[in-house]
Amino acid sequence: MSGSTPELEQELDGESLLKASERRFERAVGVSFALSFLATIGLGVVYWQGGQTQIEGALLFVALGGIGFGIVAWGKYLVPQGPYVQEREELQSTESEREAFVESFERGNKLIQRRSFLAKLLGASVAAFGVITLFPFIRSLGPQPKKMLYVTNWKKGSALVKSDGTKVHSTDLEVGGVLTVFPEGHAGGAISQSILIRPSFEDIVTKPGRDTWGPQGYLAYSKVCTHAGCPVGLYQELTQQLLCPCHQSLFDVMTGANPVFGPAPRPLPQLPLEIDSQGYLRAQAGFDEPIGPGFWERA
Amino acid sequence: MNYKPIDWVDERLGTAKFTRKSLNKIFPDHWSFMLGEIAMYSFFILLATGVFLTFFFVPSSADTVYHGSYAPMDGHVVSQAYASTLNLSFSVRAGLVMRQMHHWAANVFIAAIVVHLLRVFFTGAFRKPREINWLVGSLLLMMAIFEGFLGYSLPDDLISGTGIRIAYSITLSIPVVGSYLASFLFGGQFPGNTIIPRFYTIHILLIPALMAGLLGAHLAIMWHQKHTQYKGKGKTEKNVVGIAMWPAYAMQAGGFFFLTASVLAALGGLVQINPIWLYGPYIPYKVSYAVQPDWYMGWLDGALRLFPSWEITGFGHMIPTVFFPAVLLPGVTFGLLMAWPWIERIFTKDTAAHNLLDNPRDNPWRTSIGVGVMAFYMVLFFASSTDVLANTFEVSLNFVLWAFRVLVFVIPPVAALVAHKLAVEAGSVQSAGRPRKAMVVSRSKEGEYTTEESDPRPELEFKRHAMHGDIAQSLPEESRLHGEAIEAADDGEDYAFSGSSIAAVLAEEIGERPSGGSGVYEVPRGAPGSGGGMFSPRGPSQSKEVSDSEDEK
Ligand code: HEM
Ligand code: FES
Repeated sequence: MSGSTPELEQELDGESLLKASERRFERAVGVSFALSFLATIGLGVVYWQGGQTQIEGALLFVALGGIGFGIVAWGKYLVPQGPYVQEREELQSTESEREAFVESFERGNKLIQRRSFLAKLLGASVAAFGVITLFPFIRSLGPQPKKMLYVTNWKKGSALVKSDGTKVHSTDLEVGGVLTVFPEGHAGGAISQSILIRPSFEDIVTKPGRDTWGPQGYLAYSKVCTHAGCPVGLYQELTQQLLCPCHQSLFDVMTGANPVFGPAPRPLPQLPLEIDSQGYLRAQAGFDEPIGPGFWERA
Repeated sequence: MNYKPIDWVDERLGTAKFTRKSLNKIFPDHWSFMLGEIAMYSFFILLATGVFLTFFFVPSSADTVYHGSYAPMDGHVVSQAYASTLNLSFSVRAGLVMRQMHHWAANVFIAAIVVHLLRVFFTGAFRKPREINWLVGSLLLMMAIFEGFLGYSLPDDLISGTGIRIAYSITLSIPVVGSYLASFLFGGQFPGNTIIPRFYTIHILLIPALMAGLLGAHLAIMWHQKHTQYKGKGKTEKNVVGIAMWPAYAMQAGGFFFLTASVLAALGGLVQINPIWLYGPYIPYKVSYAVQPDWYMGWLDGALRLFPSWEITGFGHMIPTVFFPAVLLPGVTFGLLMAWPWIERIFTKDTAAHNLLDNPRDNPWRTSIGVGVMAFYMVLFFASSTDVLANTFEVSLNFVLWAFRVLVFVIPPVAALVAHKLAVEAGSVQSAGRPRKAMVVSRSKEGEYTTEESDPRPELEFKRHAMHGDIAQSLPEESRLHGEAIEAADDGEDYAFSGSSIAAVLAEEIGERPSGGSGVYEVPRGAPGSGGGMFSPRGPSQSKEVSDSEDEK
């Protein structure tokens, strides 16, 4: 049904009554549009002159706001507002309409089912196509994880280097100092990044089997937080703790970087160190466990 | 009048017939119905400014040496993404305004969606027949959050890079498939160099296209079902009372787009956002202190901070700790959100269709649940600044953390309880929310005084009448009367029409009988109650199409 629509527009009568207030709004709308026009010209000039962020923002505000305010005021105060009433049409179809639909649908259905073998064959080939073409798409996205999450670039004998690639000597760090280190050849690496600490206290509690891992009071831990992987970047010398700034996990350096506060679930893996004949720091071996946050395959 | 283009199109598409109906469509008018509009207009601004950004942004993590007008970074080796964002900010004319507008629009966009969602929730607008749009809206919110995250990951600055690192860990934490998903998404191990171009494609093509489609569906469904309306005089389940699409609504809505744009432009030009040159480029082993994501990620960040360090291992497998706050929590959140219309139905057993909105106080249970849930996410949001709070108030981080771990369980039920009490109390006050009537004292010629109740807002009404030149035809805007309820006694005057009589009176005035369907009538105020049944959609009186006679005029 097309619906009936008595005139919305009405001839204005009682002219004298509305003249005054209408004029006021007309004037406001006019001023608003004019301001917008001027601001737009100004915007052009500023832009021509090379642009200036704050002025552009302010002029855009006036240019767009002038148009916006003008149209809204026009549409609200100079146009009939009703309220008008419109009836809602019944949303759902009638019983007979629905039945008619089902009937038409069924008729088509039957025509297809008459060749049900062909329909099944079609289904099978479309499904096969979907599944098989999905594979290359997914598989091309990236390599299978395999050993990826278990290994870093640290190997037996890797020299410790700073972020600029220079080797770390055993005299480089003051007592109480920290340094971010990488395996030689991988300076700046996100996965192998480790933190080298020379704690100022003597009472380090080494974990079983790690007696030789900290020569001359040097300790090195993976710098990747075991919570969500942020670099554990802040060392508080007084408390001998490493702080992860992302969610404030604290790791106690003196007891093997055990998490003592916050959401981190596991200690930072420790890198076994040695000092070679020329006094350079090297890794005795890689990490003996996966670094960083957990994952399903990790026991 | 002769409209050539209209004829041209109509001869080919026959548009005049059905678009005419659209022009006369009636929209209920209320400020809270503009929240969705703000979201939509912000989306348009995002599209416009985003396209501008694509002309200058280079989605690549390949190294380059920055030489540009930002002196402190001159000569630094940075990624092309970072360098091009610096260029956008400092060397491209109007680039910084566009960039900051884009970012502000993203924040406003998601805020508007959330507030719009709350409006829909608290007024019960999601009830039958509008469950589909509730689902579509929830999907839009989810996508908007993803889209925003992807967007602020693009410039490859220190803060966004840290965010990507966390996103990688979260992906990794998903049981069974996590390590595969992470590897496929990042094209190998973090950080790799595929992530920025991939995020870029998803950000500028995939999600915007999906969102545009869903937004279209959202609007089409709303249009087809017609908007809900608040209860009030003359408003019933079977009608829509409001302003006409053309021109009043179209002008107000169109103008409102420009107003939204102007506010976003002011923010973009005057209020700094995401100054990536202060953060520096992303370097995986660096991290900045007091990192805070965009506001809509705050609840997740807070949850990551509050959730204890539990990690489940067994049978050679592990469920990492971040899985619970960062995968399970959002999963449950959006799952429950989308299921809400059906969850509520289990308790209310209400299968009827609703076009009249609840006032939040009409439904204390729903209101209190909503407030409680809101409180929960607010606590999580504030928990994303535990470190800042600890520093500001000079208390220990430990104290702040534990305070939040307690508050996250205490505040929601308390808030819900308070909301319930308030709703019940407000609901029991008869006059709550109704416009007050003025008492007018008048003196007669004989010197006698009489007191009379006047209209709630005579001045406003006068203006409205004046505008369309018919003093007898307008409804007071915000009265809380039920369309059906006859409250003559209460009002002490002749507002006693039930829905039906409006149409009847109207028919007298315009000299025609109203028909069913989408007829549009001006409503006379204060019509004496009479007649009945004309608003029932399939009443016998509707067989006659009024429009026919009209068209012939
Ligand atoms: C639909 C919702 C969208 C949201 C929520 C959104 C959000 C964001 C955010 C927060 C940023 C970071 C801006 C910054 O640097 O501070 C961004 C960057 C960007 N967006 Fe969007 N965006 C959306 C749509 C689009 C569209 C449709 C396009 C293009 C067609 C686009 C193109 C870009 C580009 C090129 C950048 C990087 C440039 C830069 O960072 O300066 N965005 N987006
Ligand atoms: S990433 Fe270190 S605490 Fe979350």
